[in-house]
Amino acid sequence: MTAAPADTVPAPVPADGAAPTGPEPAGPEAALIRDMVRIRCVEEELCDRYRDDQEMRTPTHFSIGQEATAVGVAAATGPDDLVYTGHRSHAPYLAMGGDLRAMVAELYGRESGCARGRGGSIHLVDRSAGFAGSAAILGEMISVAVGAGWSAALRGRPQVALTFFGDGATEEGVFHEAVNFAQVHRVPVVFLCENNLYSISSPLGQRQPAGSTITDRVTAYGLWARSVDGNDVYAVRAAARAAVQRCRTGAGPAFLELHTYRWREHVGPGWDHDHGYRSREEIDAWMARCPIRRAVEVARPTQPGLDDWVREWERRYRAEVRDAVRVARAAAWPPVSTLVDGAYGAGR
Amino acid sequence: MRELTYWQAISEATVQCMAEDPTVLVLGEGVDDHKGTFGTTKTAFERYGAARVVDVPNSENACAGIAIGAAANGMRPLVVHTRADFMFLAMDALVNLAAKWRYMYGDQGGAPVVTRGVVGRGWGQGATHSQSPHATFGHYAGLYVATPASPADAKGLLVQALRGDTPVVLIENRNLYPMTGPVPEEPEPVPFGVGRIARAGDDVTVVAASLMVAEALRAADQLATRGVGVEVVDVRSIRPLDERIICESVARTGRLVVADTSWARYGFAAEVAAVVAETVPEALRAPVRRVTLPDCPAPVSWPLEEAFHPGADEIVEACLALVGDRRGELPRLTSAAAGFHGPY
Repeated sequence: MTAAPADTVPAPVPADGAAPTGPEPAGPEAALIRDMVRIRCVEEELCDRYRDDQEMRTPTHFSIGQEATAVGVAAATGPDDLVYTGHRSHAPYLAMGGDLRAMVAELYGRESGCARGRGGSIHLVDRSAGFAGSAAILGEMISVAVGAGWSAALRGRPQVALTFFGDGATEEGVFHEAVNFAQVHRVPVVFLCENNLYSISSPLGQRQPAGSTITDRVTAYGLWARSVDGNDVYAVRAAARAAVQRCRTGAGPAFLELHTYRWREHVGPGWDHDHGYRSREEIDAWMARCPIRRAVEVARPTQPGLDDWVREWERRYRAEVRDAVRVARAAAWPPVSTLVDGAYGAGR
Repeated sequence: MRELTYWQAISEATVQCMAEDPTVLVLGEGVDDHKGTFGTTKTAFERYGAARVVDVPNSENACAGIAIGAAANGMRPLVVHTRADFMFLAMDALVNLAAKWRYMYGDQGGAPVVTRGVVGRGWGQGATHSQSPHATFGHYAGLYVATPASPADAKGLLVQALRGDTPVVLIENRNLYPMTGPVPEEPEPVPFGVGRIARAGDDVTVVAASLMVAEALRAADQLATRGVGVEVVDVRSIRPLDERIICESVARTGRLVVADTSWARYGFAAEVAAVVAETVPEALRAPVRRVTLPDCPAPVSWPLEEAFHPGADEIVEACLALVGDRRGELPRLTSAAAGFHGPY
């Protein structure tokens, strides 16, 4: 673990600045930026606490630098849709509107956690927000999402299932089984591959054939598939809307390859640019394509006072997550007397 | 009561559960074909068609996950494997997700997927088409694992599985399929974790699962001619396990044989022996005997396969050893599976 490359960490907007004077931007584009800022603040704050306090005893996979995928996709979902993810779960959970306090309490292993302290970072769930579950084994939730979407279609419900996974998961057999099944049965499921180029520290080129792409392979199954700039939240939203719309109209599954990049190490709060598996230049280039900064630059001309509001949101959400941490740390542990409760359903 | 075969009982349970619950779905490779999974899915397909009895691509891993997703979203999927060996391809979904779902998401609802696996013993099925993985799945908390031994239980345990809130693995030995027995017409559930005394006796307790219950009953018949009273305990489910019925029987007889269709090491037989040793150690008047598979994969060649699978004869030997008797003039028994004919 190393210190942050402070000279290269781009702030979304200049750090100094006045409090906003105008009304809070209310449009959908501003909401995308606001949601990304919130996730960034939550995750950065949790990174610091994770590292410094050593109280969150759960492996955390942060999405810092990848906020546009979660926020862009969530903006395309309806209230009945269901999202499943792999291990990098915090950002989709928050983007879908998952309860922040319950998430933080879960990371701290408290009874008030979203999974009552039984699941941890990789088993987040908030069904009321449509965040239906996350799991750690690569590719595992892909088939589950197919089952959820399929069950909705069988009952004639206009419900779409969406599933986030990394480029590494597409190497697992279950991904291909699931895509094949979904296409055969026209399942309303959106496959969302967050291609961040690394599986832990193994680069993509070492794991998948040169001259091929994930999108090409999925296209060969007959799916509607698109390769998208995953650091452009507007492009992600547009592609996700098209994908969800296809599902909603019974046209079958859709696949999006969202090209993005994680700034921190695979698991944990640290920076790992000095471990040799990826170059400093590569990281710097991707940090220069910070999804928040890019979205702000696009929106700035039509959103007066936006930069002031971004600063205000940072203040607001850093305070919010600090408060969530305070509440979590003060919350009760699960009683040890309940250790085995909930392993089985009611009745035999 | 009218009699049905074991496979007819499974078929009837499936059809009745589909009639009473529109969310019940049957999924499996070839469940809609002319054989209908040894007849067990044929009537369901004829009645409910391809929308509810679904032939799936060859994708055991994904289908287990798809069933879990469907179950977590309100459906009642019944996944069928014509050979239980293919369930190993579904291990990740069944063990890492189905078994743990309810617990790891804080008891906010489970994924009560039901999986049937048929053990293909006999006719040279060989190393990867003969093994019974019930103990493998029985190891993991969160799953129920049942090994129905009678037509009535084949129906009742499946009904309970499709109505319950816990994921269930049902292991069926296909040599049981042609066996007949009284089966209630109504879909009456049989609870998990409640064993039955398949035959009462005072001298030796034989605890058995699946096909070995039939073998134990045949052994008991023969031993009765010798004045040896064998009590046969059919556990019905190996998880939850009815420890009470096992321990009460052993406390009375003082002798225990455990008969299983799988291997001894770390298996069902080991578990039953451990339960007795922990609970009623003073009751044992002789060491526990295990009648299980030899420590090798299943061979194909006929005489080797015959020698590989234990049956009534081995149970007789084990019981006689425990009562200090010898076989003497008692004729040797063939296994209950001996009448099986091919082509496969």
